[in-house]
Amino acid sequence: MNRNIEKQFQILRTLLAVAIAIAVAFTIICFISDNPIETIKSFVLGPLTSKRKIGNIITNLTPMLFVGAGVCLIFSANQTNMAVEGGFFVGAMFASVVATCVKLPTGIHVIACLIAGGIAGAMACLIPAFLFVKFNAKPVVSSIMVNNMCLFVALFVINHLIRDPAAGFLASYKFAKTSRIGEMIPGTGIHYGILIGITVLIITFLYLNKSKAGYEIRTVGRNVEFARYSGINVNSVIIKAQLLGGILAGMGGAVEVLGMYKRFQYQSLTNHGFDGIMIGIMANYNPKMLPLAALFLAYIRAGADSMQRTSDVPVELANIMIAVIVIMIVAEKFLYKMKHKRIVAAAQKKLEEKEAA
Amino acid sequence: MDKILTAIFTPAFLFSVIRVSTPLILGSMAALICNRGGMLHIAFEGIMLSAAFFGMLISALTQNVLLGIIGAILGGLLISMMLGYFNLVLNSDKTLTGIALNTFASAGTIFALYLLVQDKGTSNSLPSLTVPNIAIPIIKDIPILGEIISGHNLLTYIAFITVFLTYIIIFRTPLGLRIRTVGENPNAAASVGINVLKVRFITLAISAVIASLAGAYMSMGYLSWFSRDMIAGRGFMSIAAQNLGAALPLPSLLASLAFGAVTALANVLQTLNMPSEIIQAMPYVATLIGLGVFGYVGKVSNRKRSKAVLGSAKMREGGNA
Amino acid sequence: MEQNILVMENITKVYSNGFVANKNVNFSIHEGEIHALVGENGAGKSTLMKILFGSEKPDEGRILLRGQEIHIDNPTVAINYGIGMVHQHFMLVPSLTVADNLVIGMEPKKNGLYDVAKAEEIAREVSEKYNFKVDSKTRVRDLSVGMKQKVEILKALVRGAKILILDEPTAVLTPQETKELFVELKHLKEQGYTVVFISHKLNEVKELCDRITVLRAGKTIGTKEIENVTEQDISRMMVGRDVRLDIDKNKAVPKETVLKVSHVNKVNSLGKQVLNDVSFHIPRGVILGIAGVEGNGQSEISEIIAGMDQNFVGNVMVNGKETRNMTVRQLRENGVAHISEDRMTYGIVGDGSIAENMISDRYYKKEFQKGVLLNQKKIDNLVNDLIGRFNVKCDGKDQPIRMLSGGNMQKVVAAREFTSKADLIVANQPTRGIDIGASMFLRNKLVELRDAGAAILLISADLSEVMDVSDRLIVMNEGKISAYFEDASQVTEEEMGLYMLGIKQMTPDEIRRASSDE
Repeated sequence: MNRNIEKQFQILRTLLAVAIAIAVAFTIICFISDNPIETIKSFVLGPLTSKRKIGNIITNLTPMLFVGAGVCLIFSANQTNMAVEGGFFVGAMFASVVATCVKLPTGIHVIACLIAGGIAGAMACLIPAFLFVKFNAKPVVSSIMVNNMCLFVALFVINHLIRDPAAGFLASYKFAKTSRIGEMIPGTGIHYGILIGITVLIITFLYLNKSKAGYEIRTVGRNVEFARYSGINVNSVIIKAQLLGGILAGMGGAVEVLGMYKRFQYQSLTNHGFDGIMIGIMANYNPKMLPLAALFLAYIRAGADSMQRTSDVPVELANIMIAVIVIMIVAEKFLYKMKHKRIVAAAQKKLEEKEAA
Repeated sequence: MDKILTAIFTPAFLFSVIRVSTPLILGSMAALICNRGGMLHIAFEGIMLSAAFFGMLISALTQNVLLGIIGAILGGLLISMMLGYFNLVLNSDKTLTGIALNTFASAGTIFALYLLVQDKGTSNSLPSLTVPNIAIPIIKDIPILGEIISGHNLLTYIAFITVFLTYIIIFRTPLGLRIRTVGENPNAAASVGINVLKVRFITLAISAVIASLAGAYMSMGYLSWFSRDMIAGRGFMSIAAQNLGAALPLPSLLASLAFGAVTALANVLQTLNMPSEIIQAMPYVATLIGLGVFGYVGKVSNRKRSKAVLGSAKMREGGNA
Repeated sequence: MEQNILVMENITKVYSNGFVANKNVNFSIHEGEIHALVGENGAGKSTLMKILFGSEKPDEGRILLRGQEIHIDNPTVAINYGIGMVHQHFMLVPSLTVADNLVIGMEPKKNGLYDVAKAEEIAREVSEKYNFKVDSKTRVRDLSVGMKQKVEILKALVRGAKILILDEPTAVLTPQETKELFVELKHLKEQGYTVVFISHKLNEVKELCDRITVLRAGKTIGTKEIENVTEQDISRMMVGRDVRLDIDKNKAVPKETVLKVSHVNKVNSLGKQVLNDVSFHIPRGVILGIAGVEGNGQSEISEIIAGMDQNFVGNVMVNGKETRNMTVRQLRENGVAHISEDRMTYGIVGDGSIAENMISDRYYKKEFQKGVLLNQKKIDNLVNDLIGRFNVKCDGKDQPIRMLSGGNMQKVVAAREFTSKADLIVANQPTRGIDIGASMFLRNKLVELRDAGAAILLISADLSEVMDVSDRLIVMNEGKISAYFEDASQVTEEEMGLYMLGIKQMTPDEIRRASSDE
């Protein structure tokens, strides 16, 4: 009975957080837009007005699935390693190098790029992991340093090794045709990366929730002392979770550039890592809930995008909303009093029933 | 190599070390105070960013530097009090809330910037003010020394004064004693009638004011405009600096200056035809190395201590036998 | 002089989980005496003193100070009434100096700044006044435990305490430090202060105190002039048991040795020797109980045997293999199961489901794998079976364990540890804080496991439990084995009390029988 109340309240809390975020967004729109009704309409319905725009939601969502899955692994082990951001970036870079410099047949080339991206992402996420295990340096600060380092290392490679002087702007050579991830539904921009993403997410779900390694990760994350008492090798589990999380983040970077662009042309960090962290928190690090969270973020981002085109409200509104939601979701005592009252009432009812019987 | 050396051994280089260290010095003092009060968090990035934005905005609107600084402080306090409310009252995880607040500050400032100037990059078109540079009388005329330490931004001098003030607040005031007590043993504080929650909020507020000055410096001194995500990890580097400084003011200052020196060196090297990307990564790599070394030293000294205990156990066993 | 300065009348305290900690307790102290408050673990001493210091509220009864009824709502009020407490866990700030610690919350000021010189002066004054040799400028983290305790006492005195409560102050001290403390306490008494001294160590009580009040099972047994009682009398008043447990068991049939502990010594991180040349063995088919007042080395020895602590000198063998360099997993595979006394930290993962908690020691085994995944069906069958067999009351195997009652949580722990086919089961306080039904269930399980051929180490502060469940008994005192009984059923609780409280000590030869596997 208490369990149901707790579950209900977790859902209620998330819904309420979302509702508050939407209310905040609408209020802001009302204040700054000349035509609030139209703007809100564009925000809410804009993403559905054309095939292309619906496609945008899916392409927004695609990289989130990879990074979000990686975050589920890392954060489930209670490691606040934010190097998924840098991992995504160097993953994109490594994949670009393989996509421009290596000649391979179609299909195999893509796989090679994904592997390269995964390796790069893993290296990024392992730096904070090792600093923690070997030197007891908390990953929170070190991972941010790694992100910045990744940015510049990747830019160095792009600008000095595979830069195309003929491009007219700072960008790599064009990716080989064999390495590109093709469009899946013509005219939508949706590429096969979404299928890879869904596969990755399913595998992550099975791994984290149904395998012995996943059991270890979750146990270490929830209670390290208990894990040690039960005989789990805590350090190796911590490293493993971050290694795999980094691979997924790096693969996400690879899929994103190969599916969406002809060249590597980022000049700053892309925020995909933090998107992954945000939806990871929203989904409570459960891969099962992740698509919902990702869809929500992708949708409001597409909505904000369409709103920015038709009005004067910038797209960052989406990030403000997601931040508000996360802030409220992690607040343990948000709605606590209400929940407590319900639990007490339920207990009393049970007691009365017992007495009556 | 010669070129590098000649570039480093100039007053201009040391001047620039001080210049780029300023936000780290302020930031590390803010982090230090929080750490002492058991409230170390990761929202400094957001606090500084918000402060940088509001400093720019208010100074542009009022055409008054002082009001601009006050605006910056209020902007920083906004983020830190949100953190305080959610962490201390609603019991949320400090780190996750910090991540969300940093995102909030980043998105919020870009959002507002766009509304103001229809530009998501910089606030160039707004007539915001800068805090003046100060030439120190007498010292400015001393050769070399004058070139190094005179002519800095007022906030730079305030940063150095803040180090001293931080020392005073933490180690020489009743409040500081209470902050340290709450940070180390909240039960002990409560047992002598100290209001722990109140002290924690005060800790957050003082630290936010200092961090806000760092933010103000970024948009009203270091640069004369606001640009998106202009803090660029300085909040986190500040945390690392006070870590290396073992939460003591002077060592934290030195650590900040060391990080600043690496940044300044990077700036110098950039003019010498070295690949700029690698050089720009240097401060972050230096911080990572610093964190590793600090952790290693801590680990070794821990091991030594436990070995000493084990050693005495063996000795006693020998004594018994 | 012979006047009651403080009287606690008919104090009753029931905790929210229904545990009656104090039942109509009467306690009164004379001005200027040192009054001992003794009793076994869980007898209600701590609760009574918490009520006096304002950290707990009584459900019934009243407190009179110099004849006036007072209400003590929180520690600050207690301090204002001149009642000071020295906790077992020091309320000190390690990085601050002695002087700082003494004046926290009432800092002297000069020009708005903290007046360090004045604080040091205050510190010097009080330490001179009470003849405590403490250097006011030293940081507390650099002090020995004994010195820290002095600072705690001074902290209470600086705040105007006239009545000092000391909660087991000698538990953490070396004999030398204890001696010093006694000199100082006697000195305080001469100056008219009143001291309440909580202790288990009867020789200390005899040496130091004027009167003694004994609590047992939440009730006052009596108050006596110390001259009129012997240590044996006190022991008899303290140690007793409410029930003889109805355990259905046959005589043990010892087989080959499973656990052999030889000459184990340990000095803890505070530099105190917590284990002193401990040796014993347990054969299959035997339950060996370790009795003793808590904090006499039982926790340490169980942690060492269970592989949670490698920081010791000596030798532990399980099934003929030395365990020192084994990981916990290797140790468990070598046949060890362990119920930790700290259930919430080591025993369970609160956010995990009942199922997840039950499989933590075996999830990786081949029988629970299906391809690359866990064999959920097999796990579910196992868990459902265990829930039934161990009678865990819950909504189902997926319920988070933190929602269960303490007794049901412990049944989940037992369901895991008792079914791993272990040769050695270390059960440390297996029934602490859980209801009688669950306790009896677990005790009978232990006997069942013994009969099935396991060697069992039972550590318990509950005298009835350790005496009635065990086949053989060890008593520990001050990190040493003070007695060994080959047949637990032949021992009286009076005898146990003498050894537990350090009044008697067996000869080395008698104790050696514990470690000789004939």
